Amino acid sequence: MNNLIQKLKEQIIERLNLKDLKPADIGDDQPLFVEGIGLDSIDALELIVLLQQEYNIKLSNAEDGPRVFHSIRTMADYITANSGAVKVSP
Amino acid sequence: MQPARNITASCLISRNKIFKNGQLVFEHPGTAEVFLDKIYSHFAISYPKFHKMDQLCKLGFLAAEVLLNETEHSKKYDETETGLVLSNAHSSLDVDLKYAQTIQTGASPALFVYTLPNIVIGEISIRHHFKGENAFFVFKQFDGNFIAEYVNGLFENKLIKNCICGWVDILKEDYRAILFLVETDHPENAMAFTAYKLNQLNQDHE
Repeated sequence: MNNLIQKLKEQIIERLNLKDLKPADIGDDQPLFVEGIGLDSIDALELIVLLQQEYNIKLSNAEDGPRVFHSIRTMADYITANSGAVKVSP
Repeated sequence: MQPARNITASCLISRNKIFKNGQLVFEHPGTAEVFLDKIYSHFAISYPKFHKMDQLCKLGFLAAEVLLNETEHSKKYDETETGLVLSNAHSSLDVDLKYAQTIQTGASPALFVYTLPNIVIGEISIRHHFKGENAFFVFKQFDGNFIAEYVNGLFENKLIKNCICGWVDILKEDYRAILFLVETDHPENAMAFTAYKLNQLNQDHE
């Protein structure tokens, strides 16, 4: 799980061009949107694409979005629960 | 009688150099991407959203930052009093091509939102809280006659009290932004806002 959390932080920083942030700057339970690290609605779409491309997981119910993308840990939990073949480099 | 309009500030970004009011203020070697990011850090701008912008928005954003720096613009005008009239030759083609490439593996929403040239006006407006008249035109080349006529129309219809106008264009490594601040003020170094002067200032840096 810790490897997945670290990998997610790196992927999100790269994919969303969060050049002012390092993985250590993002708390595992820190909210990703608004009052947290300040992601917006376009970023949410990018996170959906990231799940599809990197983890082969399609968010089937849009109403799950706020819960799944609440924090890095909730994303990792969702990936773990929905993927049998998570691609995480050691 | 309408008050005289003057060009009270200008900014040119081209070929790894920045000129503010005709004076070289910064230069740095490297690709367009490296150069634009270097401008951001050199002028100590703090605006995290900058890193998410496409190259056209970065170019226009930075040109507006340098143009308005030390002008006290935000203190002089209400948010609805500033016009933004921009133009270029390549529309949003630079990011359009990048977006098209992502379609092969999964279209990027973050790129898609920049696939219109007038988004650069939106980014500048968000940064400076502008809510005035704005327009973006695509021409084959810089057209001072059109810009002067259009901006003068906005002034004469009392829609604006000042205007940022000019050219913001980029395609891969070929980039150029030249912006002018037009006001009814007439400070010491101001130049009359005319089509002739716009074309002349643009050609001076060709």
